[in-house]
Amino acid sequence: MRVDSLASSPGAAESGATGSVRPPGFYTLFRTEFILAVRRRSDIVNPLLFFVTVLAMMPLGIGPDPEMLARMAGGLIWVMALLATLLSQESLFRGDYEDGSLEQLALQTQPLYFSVLAKVLVHWLVTGLPLAVLSPLLGMMLNLGEAGYWPLFMSLALGTASLSLIGAVGAALTVALRRPGLLLALIIMPLYVPVLIFGTGAVQAALDGYGYGPQMAILGAILAAAAALAPLAAAGAIRISLEN
Amino acid sequence: MSWQWFHRLGSPRWFYQKTSGWLPWLGAASLLLLAVGMAWGLGFAPQDSKQGNSYRIIYIHVPAAFLALAGYYIMAICGAVGLIWKMKLSFVVMRAAAPIGAALTFIALFTGAVWGKPTWGAYWVWDARITSMLILFFLYLGVMALSGAFAREQSGDKASALLALVGTVNIPIIYKSVDWWFTLHQPATLKLTQASTIDPSMFYPLITMIAGFYLFYAWVLILHTRSLVLQREWRTQWVRELLEKPAPAARA
Repeated sequence: MRVDSLASSPGAAESGATGSVRPPGFYTLFRTEFILAVRRRSDIVNPLLFFVTVLAMMPLGIGPDPEMLARMAGGLIWVMALLATLLSQESLFRGDYEDGSLEQLALQTQPLYFSVLAKVLVHWLVTGLPLAVLSPLLGMMLNLGEAGYWPLFMSLALGTASLSLIGAVGAALTVALRRPGLLLALIIMPLYVPVLIFGTGAVQAALDGYGYGPQMAILGAILAAAAALAPLAAAGAIRISLEN
Repeated sequence: MSWQWFHRLGSPRWFYQKTSGWLPWLGAASLLLLAVGMAWGLGFAPQDSKQGNSYRIIYIHVPAAFLALAGYYIMAICGAVGLIWKMKLSFVVMRAAAPIGAALTFIALFTGAVWGKPTWGAYWVWDARITSMLILFFLYLGVMALSGAFAREQSGDKASALLALVGTVNIPIIYKSVDWWFTLHQPATLKLTQASTIDPSMFYPLITMIAGFYLFYAWVLILHTRSLVLQREWRTQWVRELLEKPAPAARA
């Protein structure tokens, strides 16, 4: 018997009739979260708008010299993607914490690990991936060399997934606080450093005419480690926050 | 069970009473070692052939950097012990270790900058070790900020312990990635497994300073933990008695 909770679906009524309600599995939660995220359009659009707006400020601040912009483009885009991910992360568990569904998720028999993973995956699909897709366009505006487009997209796609995972720990730690914004940035930024280094390293290597395979491999390794460990830490942090 | 001693360690009262006797010894030993090491290193050790007298700052810089890193691990291990065995005292030590570690990290960064000016020609360079020390400093500040952000003390304890643990996993990665990124700092000269690349006449005062810094760290950590213990336990009977009666002479 398949049961969909939260989202209204025929399965929910069926389970009510038989009286055995099973908690939502990974896929169900993922689908529900995804639908919710897609319907709240501002949550998707705002980080992207932030990303584009701040990047448009950059040439105004540092001057329009094409050569200088070309040298800085990769790093600027990466740092802005980092900030956009960080800012959007604050709301990752907030709604669920405020309406109590986070407690329900923590109570169910399925390990909290999978619930966190589902939410983070959705977060990446609606913020990290669009950022990566948009990045070559911004690269073009900032006069990034053509050799850098593909590595920029690839490194951002891989790297923002790690950023979402690492940031989820911070979001879970601060979810019980009233104004976590700056604190979240303060505790999570240092943990972003390796991703930033290898992400910009890949773009720089490609621009210099070298292979960027090693950097991508390390980004992949960081992602694998983050996917294994970060949801565990975030699950522990959610339990701590719920006690508060 | 034979685990009793372990759980007794978790009692703030037991800790407070036990350490009263240690403090004067610890303080005297650390100050003595620091005084000897400082006079030896700054006054009597030979000049460096290339760097002249400016190298002498390593007698502060190296021990501070050692303890800045070791202090993070002490803090994280205390946090882990607190999370696993639910030990009250362990969280108190963790909280006490954070500002001390941050201060030592700052000292290491500051002395490094002072040394960098005559040697590299700049106060600040984005070199691997300097950058990872700076990030370590941020990690300390993050733990301190998070532990103070919760209204409920226990939540702050657990949350900052978890953050310290996540940071522990990250420190080697951060270190390696920054190392790979760019390096100007000289490689480590003190090695446990091989012969050090530093002359004995400079090495012995340095070892003295490191030992002095370790004792000083332990001393300050215990002092700070004791004051936090008093702050937290002020409602209990034993703290009231302690504060109302004049303290008896410390028995070793």
